Amino acid sequence: MSQHTKGSGSNGSGADRVGAQAFELKVGLAEMLKGGVIMDVTTPEQAKIAEDAGACAVMALERVPADIRKEGGVARMSPVEVIEQIQKQVSIPVMAKVRIGHLLEARVLEALGVDFIDESEVLTPADDEHHVWKHDFKSPFVCGARNLGEALRRIGEGAAMIRTKGEAGSGNIVEAVRHLRSVCGEIRRLTATAPEELPTRAKELQAPVDLVRFVAEKGRLPVPNFAAGGIATPADAALCRALGAEAVFVGSGIFKSADPSARARAIVRACTHWDDPREVLEASRGLGKAMEGIEMATLAESERLANRGW
Amino acid sequence: MTRAKRVGVLAIQGDFEAHAAALARAGAEAVLVRRAKELDGCDALVLPGGESTTIAKGMERLALYEPVQEFARSGKPVLGTCAGAILLAARVENHPVRSLGLIDVTAVRNAYGTQVDSFVAPVDRGGAPALDGLRCVFIRAPRLRDPGPGVEVLARVDGAPVLIRQGPCWAATFHPELTDDARVHALVLSGV
Repeated sequence: MSQHTKGSGSNGSGADRVGAQAFELKVGLAEMLKGGVIMDVTTPEQAKIAEDAGACAVMALERVPADIRKEGGVARMSPVEVIEQIQKQVSIPVMAKVRIGHLLEARVLEALGVDFIDESEVLTPADDEHHVWKHDFKSPFVCGARNLGEALRRIGEGAAMIRTKGEAGSGNIVEAVRHLRSVCGEIRRLTATAPEELPTRAKELQAPVDLVRFVAEKGRLPVPNFAAGGIATPADAALCRALGAEAVFVGSGIFKSADPSARARAIVRACTHWDDPREVLEASRGLGKAMEGIEMATLAESERLANRGW
Repeated sequence: MTRAKRVGVLAIQGDFEAHAAALARAGAEAVLVRRAKELDGCDALVLPGGESTTIAKGMERLALYEPVQEFARSGKPVLGTCAGAILLAARVENHPVRSLGLIDVTAVRNAYGTQVDSFVAPVDRGGAPALDGLRCVFIRAPRLRDPGPGVEVLARVDGAPVLIRQGPCWAATFHPELTDDARVHALVLSGV
């Protein structure tokens, strides 16, 4: 960050040139994050710990989801000074969250030159009907989804990466597994659907028909598909990879555990070697206590963050 | 009948699957590599795009620095794109990472800016004829500076080197694996 003017967005001018608003560049950065771990951080010190542990990106936020859940109140975008300090601290991509539909928080992050914007259900929604029209931005967006229809609606609005919502701040992997199984299972079913049935499937999924057709033909989403929400152990991360997630986000699971640095390194290792149980075993040693978890049955519907988003 | 060239793709983190697909388009067989012994039987190696700090830490944990250096010294081609180019450089600036030192050049990380400064541009005219009109995808790209006398510059964008070669090692600051144009991969494999 020291050797250039940040956020100038000045490389897109001239003939034959394409700037950062191009969808291929947004998806391109998402491609670069595959196989890695994106870690929630609230301070520059935590960002450094995450980078040193091998995180492929950090997510700047005001409070980790477990604290948002505990403390309540309106959860908003991080203070800009904190994001700037984190950008100065690390060389890996810096992401930050905006409230659903809050296009001005998103414009502020774009002006800061943030590498990825998470339009996130973890923060208190700013619009209870509409999401941000993400095609209009130079910054790429990631959005949460519980099922294929929701994923394709977000991609239609311009999201360049999809992650499961899971249940943030719960330390419980069950919801992320449910959402991964749902998205990947619906993709598999679409590949076996006759072309003339796709418009009706699109209607049922409440998703754009061209994106439904893409998924049916290719057997994958048009953007990378990551997991988030409830990952607390190396085995949780490896499970998400085994179920089809191409990378993972870890929120409260690291900095709410007994030894954040060791756990962060272990989750990175398990994410790379998810298909080698001996590596996941070695990664699981000597980590101390994981974060406290929440049993889903004890959460009222109104307390479930995954229900936010339309 | 000649067998397809076997090309290892370092699969610690990054867009190694995109490279595997690009290699298939260039007529090669890709194998994902995470261990030194998996280099055995590879005719060439790709260090993919991704996060160079993450990949460097993984290479250190897996003790891959010396085996990859050995591989290159045996004359087998090694292609590094973006993060991979940084790892091949002799010198790294702006948040240095441990590199392999296989190409006599300085790599300046994130030299164009953050993601809002990422861009696509064609190569300058007058580079290697085989790469005429190549469309280059730059994502939080590094810049290459001060190439040594043994380094050949094969392509430039806005006058800056974007594809260079020293002996069997090739470094691209852009992502040939993200377009359908397989010319860079084919060029690297032409020496196998």
